[in-house]
Amino acid sequence: MRARTPSIFRPQKPIDRGAIRESRALVNEFNRRKLLRGALTLGALTLLTGCDVSEENSVQKALRAVSSWNDAVQAAIFRSDHLAPTFSPSQVVKPPRFNAYYDIDDVKPVDGATWKLEFAGLIKDKRPWTAQQIYQLPEQELIIRHICVEGWDYIGQWSGPNLRAFLTRIGADLTAKYVYFICNDDFTESIDMASALHPQTILATKYAGQFITDPFGYPLRLRTAVKLGYKNAKWIKAIEVTNTFRPTFWSKQGEDWYAGI
Amino acid sequence: MSPAAVKSTSRNVARLHPLPLRVMHWMNTAAIFIMIGSGWRIYNDDVIFGWLYFPDFLVIGKWAQYGLQWHFFGMWIFVLNGLAYLTYGIVTGRFQQKLFPISLREILATVGDALHFRLSHEDLTVYNAVQKILYLGVILVGILIVITGLCLWKPVQFSELSGLFGNFQTIRLIHFLCMSAIAAFVLVHVTLAMLVPQSLLAMLTGGPIVGDALAGEAREPPVAEPAAETTP
Repeated sequence: MRARTPSIFRPQKPIDRGAIRESRALVNEFNRRKLLRGALTLGALTLLTGCDVSEENSVQKALRAVSSWNDAVQAAIFRSDHLAPTFSPSQVVKPPRFNAYYDIDDVKPVDGATWKLEFAGLIKDKRPWTAQQIYQLPEQELIIRHICVEGWDYIGQWSGPNLRAFLTRIGADLTAKYVYFICNDDFTESIDMASALHPQTILATKYAGQFITDPFGYPLRLRTAVKLGYKNAKWIKAIEVTNTFRPTFWSKQGEDWYAGI
Repeated sequence: MSPAAVKSTSRNVARLHPLPLRVMHWMNTAAIFIMIGSGWRIYNDDVIFGWLYFPDFLVIGKWAQYGLQWHFFGMWIFVLNGLAYLTYGIVTGRFQQKLFPISLREILATVGDALHFRLSHEDLTVYNAVQKILYLGVILVGILIVITGLCLWKPVQFSELSGLFGNFQTIRLIHFLCMSAIAAFVLVHVTLAMLVPQSLLAMLTGGPIVGDALAGEAREPPVAEPAAETTP
């Protein structure tokens, strides 16, 4: 585990964020499963990880309650027709910046030839789609700012079918509450229906006019202008429309679920 | 002021710092503590300056997401308490009375006095020109840090507002500089409160009596009390 402590030996350039995310996810995952807590004494746990156990319990509970309240506030101030600023192709950063809970070298590429997009929940036509079928759909291009919860941002150029048009086409219940994305790397993410139906929410297949490469979600990923970076699920293998809320990969770790921008 | 007014119970007299003001001051202290500590945690996740990381023992939240949780909890205290304070200051006329007018001549005179160690702390009820500028300044910075905070939280929903400040990183920088200004203010403010302990005591107990509560704090010109009566 690489602890982020300040040091004069620290490199001037930020260290690889994939590794940070990985460590964080791992330790939190361990805590969540109570593996460490079950296997070790409290004192040993504190010595090993330096973590404040109380933050995992009552304080965390209270802070997550505030976070849920904030999600309701975020949903209330969401403007469904308000468009995010867009940019010119000359401002696009190539390639896009990589982000996941693991390192770029650990990406497991998806075979586009055998890949199929599957469906679950409140959708009438659940027949799977192949990549070739999705490529036949009309494309929408978004040149928008990607904002990461960590604080960095870049301008990217994404294109693919509009999510609202796609959900309509497959007969999804557009009055349902949530749209879930199940990913090839066991990552899960979900967004509220209002954000899913926003005009700047697409199922991206291309970046800067080329098919998205493996690290960035080939063959299909979500790209929405109204959410933080981590909500934009990559390597999507299934979409579920539902009224049932389930915690997602990052919200289980304590990140904000709504994460609107 | 009549002797009767001085002798009457504390409910009937107006003190330098009325109770609502003291409550708001200490609420704000807690909010600033949470906001800066958690803000430093969030900052560390993607630093603006390559040479600046805040040490772990100074930040609030073990992980960045906990820092964010604290920040988005503290923001409610900071904003709601701040709105109450601004409303109170304007409605009661306290801002008008304590912070204005500020004249350039007075500023220069105060700076001169300070450099000669001639500043008087006998009368806590009247702020000198430098105090007026610092208090007014930190209120304005407090407003700006909330506005830039909103722009960082909702750069798309409030894109019109965010656009006034520039791109996302520019807004982050302004938000950070506002924090730096508030941190510098806190440093000076706490140092001076330690040097003049009766000012710290006044923020706990209310301080010298400045008039009859029924007549209203704003209408009464501040009266310098003899030292014996100012010490609670």
